[in-house]
Amino acid sequence: MIIYVLSLMLAIIWVAITGSATIHNLVFGFALAAAALWIVRDEMSATGYLLRLGRILSLVLLFFKELALSAWKVAVLVTRRNMDVKPGIFAFPLTVDRDFEITLLANLITLTPGTMSVDVSKDRKFLYVHAIDCSNVEATKREIADGFERKIIEAFR
Amino acid sequence: MELVVALLTSVLILAGSAFALVAAIGLNRLPDIYSRMHAASKAGTVGSGLLLLAVGLHSGDIAVLARALAGFFFFVLTAPVSAHLLAMASLRAGYSMANQSACNEMSPVNNE
Repeated sequence: MIIYVLSLMLAIIWVAITGSATIHNLVFGFALAAAALWIVRDEMSATGYLLRLGRILSLVLLFFKELALSAWKVAVLVTRRNMDVKPGIFAFPLTVDRDFEITLLANLITLTPGTMSVDVSKDRKFLYVHAIDCSNVEATKREIADGFERKIIEAFR
Repeated sequence: MELVVALLTSVLILAGSAFALVAAIGLNRLPDIYSRMHAASKAGTVGSGLLLLAVGLHSGDIAVLARALAGFFFFVLTAPVSAHLLAMASLRAGYSMANQSACNEMSPVNNE
């Protein structure tokens, strides 16, 4: 994790120093930061940096797809004449255990179709999720576990 | 080329406004605060994101586009947090869910 924060920071510093706040320059700064960190990879133990970057990108793409889908679902739901919803809160058993991963998962869940994270249990074993359609809880749980949670584990472990 | 940009901008503005409208309708129609946050956090984020994108595209200036994208990025970052905090706060304050709610697996310990 630290390596991504580091390269983002280096990229932002690059933009600040060169004094042109454009996307191009930020991407270039990011590439420079990646190259610089690659040179010191043995000291940083950052092998597989590009592979991880690819996995993170795939997570980002999945997220935008789900965000568009979820806005569309809300639109269809609230403009229906007969709005018959069965909302409820279910407990999602967490496989990820680090704070950063739980935060990311909770945020992703909130912006995806029909679900919104409400709270984490004290022992961090469960994430309480409010679902707008609570008629098939098991399917929803499986979807989260096979979708975002698996991708997060792939990207950050 | 100018026509394409103008058309794209109009489509983005119309779609963004439609999603903002849907978010407002959802806030009005859904049964309880938890369901309402769904409409506000999702349709609201997409609506404002599309509008910001339209602004960036219309300006034709990469610096403005970059700032618009940054605005969208921060929207994506903050909208789930505020929805989550509002839901958690209302849960702690004791707002109950709507009558037709199907399930509640919330442990009573966390409810306090």
